[in-house]
Amino acid sequence: MSEKVLMKGNEALAEAAIMAGCRHYLGYPITPQTEIAAYMAKRMPKVDGTFLQAESEIAAINMVIGVAAAGKRAMTSSSSPGISLKGEGLSYLAGCDLPAFVVNVQRGGPGLGGIQPSQSDYFQATRGTSHGDYHMLVLAPDSVQEMVSMTFKGFDLADKYRMTVMLLADGTMGQMMEPVSLDMGEVTQYEKPWAVTGTKCERKQNIVNSLFLKPEELERKNFERYEKYKAVEENEVMYEEYMMEDAEICIVAFGIAARISKNAIDMARAKGIKVGMLRPITLWPFPKKELRAVADKVKSFVSVELSMGQLIEDVRLATECTKPVLLCNRTGGMIMTPEEVLAKIEEANEGGKN
Amino acid sequence: MTKNMLIAGFGGQGILFSGKFLAYEGLLEDKSVSWLPSYGPEMRGGTANCSVIISDIPVGSPIVSNPDILMVMNMPSLDKYENAAVKGGQIFIDSALIDRKVTREDVEAYYIPATKLASDEGLTGLANMIMIGFVIKHTGIIPIENIERALAKVVPASKQHLIESNKKAIMLGYGYEG
Repeated sequence: MSEKVLMKGNEALAEAAIMAGCRHYLGYPITPQTEIAAYMAKRMPKVDGTFLQAESEIAAINMVIGVAAAGKRAMTSSSSPGISLKGEGLSYLAGCDLPAFVVNVQRGGPGLGGIQPSQSDYFQATRGTSHGDYHMLVLAPDSVQEMVSMTFKGFDLADKYRMTVMLLADGTMGQMMEPVSLDMGEVTQYEKPWAVTGTKCERKQNIVNSLFLKPEELERKNFERYEKYKAVEENEVMYEEYMMEDAEICIVAFGIAARISKNAIDMARAKGIKVGMLRPITLWPFPKKELRAVADKVKSFVSVELSMGQLIEDVRLATECTKPVLLCNRTGGMIMTPEEVLAKIEEANEGGKN
Repeated sequence: MTKNMLIAGFGGQGILFSGKFLAYEGLLEDKSVSWLPSYGPEMRGGTANCSVIISDIPVGSPIVSNPDILMVMNMPSLDKYENAAVKGGQIFIDSALIDRKVTREDVEAYYIPATKLASDEGLTGLANMIMIGFVIKHTGIIPIENIERALAKVVPASKQHLIESNKKAIMLGYGYEG
């Protein structure tokens, strides 16, 4: 195991991308993720890679499409309003079945919003960021170490399923420093016979395209793509359980909200309240089966999130509304304290309703 | 044991750097650590602060809202955070820049004219590290013996010649008797 170093989440994930074999970073600066671009600007030339600051977020995502179509690992990163701009390109990536890695270090919204941490792009990330039937595989790290491991894994999953993987972080995850090990292991190489690399007059040309004017053909493409999504849902769900063995109340939270919830759970346990947490690491695919099973054991759920209540909808869907789900939330860049989460746990413990 | 620390002052005083130094030393001592800065426009002036946690158990939330140790280097920061410190907490004040005392009686207050000491001793710009030495002395948050190895990590490679002056500043604060 390599020596642990102290790194910012943004910088650590940028280094992990390089270790995963990414040699094309196409971006445009925006707080609170600008360190990613700054780090790439410094590092990419040293590994014979390309750092390119595009003229806009839209240009950057379209360059990602180009690099991905050529069979190379490409990434872009932004924060909330910038991700909205990339929406069109994300839909095209899905329509073309291209692998890509996209980072959203969320800030408060809607609109230009603010620059402080938020999780209010949950719907945007998990419901398809733009038009058409599609999904992205969404990873939600809760530590700098996971920023690294999920970036490394994200590139792999993108190639494996030929789809966009989004790393959904927030301002705190991007800005905080924690000890991190950059020991990642081997990169798996994937054959890309579909890539547009020049035929050298030796094979039929490859075409990467999302335009299908015959509805029969487009429908068939969509059905095929959803077979792939089914495989992702079956094989790639990731989550962490914390003190769930005897829990009567289950917190569901991801990212920074999960970190705060751990403190609150420790405080509640000290008071004798049996509370635990199921932390989704993949937000899509969502740990539906696992939550449905938990619902048979606990008396209620608490969704802890930095939004007006987005994650809570998936908790209710997954648990089929069999148990009450309480909401503990802050928004607009504000962050709840462990005490606020504790108060909600106590409310749930006293039989609090939806 | 978990120490939650909040460091606050003006942008440019080295607030974030001093926190990074403590966190790195904690890491080298095999502790769980986190460092979280305020970010955004405050980097270009105005107030800056950072949360540092050094713990024997895994760090939960990296946000320190109620510090065990509060280090302040300007008046607005004392006004803002004095009441946030935990009961029985320790507050460290640069008395060259803050001309009032702590009003609470349920905390321990420590005063050091760090910015004045820095200019008197030819350590301009290192008041932050004088404060850190003073904090180490009275909290034991990290051992004083190994400060050089953490300094070597946090001082950029191109500025390693500044390690000596940083060390001098820390020792000056550590030895300050008031």
